[in-house]
Amino acid sequence: MSESDLKKTPLYEAHVAAGARMVPFAGYSMPVQYRDGVLKEHLWTREHAGLFDVSHMGQARLRGVSPLSAFEEVTPGDFIGLKPGRQRYSLLLNKKGGVIDDLMAARPDGDGLFVVVNGACKDNDFKVIENELAGQVSVDRLEDRALLALQGPEAAAALEAHAPGAAKLAFMDSAAMTAFGVDAIVSRSGYTGEDGYEISIPASAAETVWNTLLADERVRPIGLGARDSLRLEAGLPLYGHDVDDMTSPVEAGLTFAISRKRRDAGDFPGAARITRELAEGPTRVRIGLKVLEGAPAREGAEIADEDGRVVGKVTSGGFAPTLSAPIAMGYVPPALSAPGTRLKVIVRGKQQAAEVVAMPFVPHRYVRKV
Amino acid sequence: MRFTKDHEWVAVDGDIATIGITAYAAEQLGDVVFVETPEVGKVVGQGDGLAVVESVKAASDVYAPISGEVVEANGELGAAPETVNAAPEAGGWFAKLKITDPAQVEGLMDRAAYEQYLSTL
Repeated sequence: MSESDLKKTPLYEAHVAAGARMVPFAGYSMPVQYRDGVLKEHLWTREHAGLFDVSHMGQARLRGVSPLSAFEEVTPGDFIGLKPGRQRYSLLLNKKGGVIDDLMAARPDGDGLFVVVNGACKDNDFKVIENELAGQVSVDRLEDRALLALQGPEAAAALEAHAPGAAKLAFMDSAAMTAFGVDAIVSRSGYTGEDGYEISIPASAAETVWNTLLADERVRPIGLGARDSLRLEAGLPLYGHDVDDMTSPVEAGLTFAISRKRRDAGDFPGAARITRELAEGPTRVRIGLKVLEGAPAREGAEIADEDGRVVGKVTSGGFAPTLSAPIAMGYVPPALSAPGTRLKVIVRGKQQAAEVVAMPFVPHRYVRKV
Repeated sequence: MRFTKDHEWVAVDGDIATIGITAYAAEQLGDVVFVETPEVGKVVGQGDGLAVVESVKAASDVYAPISGEVVEANGELGAAPETVNAAPEAGGWFAKLKITDPAQVEGLMDRAAYEQYLSTL
């Protein structure tokens, strides 16, 4: 795709003005970093509040007679049991039990189900939902809305000033509210492991909201580079890298997204494989690795056992700014997945010592009770 | 000092060339978190991989601007990779080469030509 084919979010001009380095991502021209650089942006988010433009992500309303029960036909979540004002992480599954995408679905108000999916997957996701649930739900894409994320320990105080009531939301609450003087959908959630919010607003208001938040000295703009290192430290998988349409939720360590009720009923796509893996265990599992020496092990690096036999691959990896050490995620056989297991990562032909560690690498700081 | 289009620099002292990356390259890379320097004794041809610099985001190759044999690697970068950002054209050097063919040095850009080249990017 050439530069000129790239789409722009409503904040493109604001990014360029702020000194962003723009790169192609999910078909959009997106800021990978601003003037501070990835390292400082990462640490700022952990200590203060980072503002991210994630308007490339797909937002839609699923409307129909009973969109909640219909949505259960394509996901393993308990959506019939999703209470008003709550949001759930879920998975769009294919019939082989692979993950088509991961997503957030919420009931911010009485208007059906509000769904947010990954930017690179959105066209396919919405087509799949439309096809599978034809006659039951309409998928109304919200192309005229921007999406921001405000993340970090000072996010709540910074947002409350412009979105009264935001601080009263708990982790995974979602509410339609007037914020910044416009109609907003605010959820207390994110992709950094920190407390924080995701804020859907009309595209026409995006630049005003962006600038209003940045006028707060606690808030700085954060690019995709730090978004990736933050989510890696938080142990959160990145779709298309750590999880794909061949990966099952059991392999990926995402069984929490399969509700007990749905598990017992076995009534979701790919239930045969997923139920079997839940009972017998999968052949490989996603693990966290701390690289004990040498260079960061990045996506595609081989993982070997102590005897040097290749047992798996790194699916994301890099330098963890909070830990000042290289970390990685990858897949290995379950027998080698216990924390403390010594493994090796192979970087540019060199075997480097690594150790399986529990994820998240950096503790989550979600605010579950307000 | 001489320069390449890949943003390496070469400083020659007798038959020894010190190699690093330019301030422009260091700025483009962002915060350097790891440097892999070559083993002493390694023989490299012009354009071969000489070192690898890793930022938070990605790994990048540093190519040998000229042919030669590695006679010294910058051991300081192991504990302080950030020196590449702080002093790219001084303490942030990667390796010293015993020059095989002095004519290769003459073929590289001088600072004025390199700055002219940067202005086209």
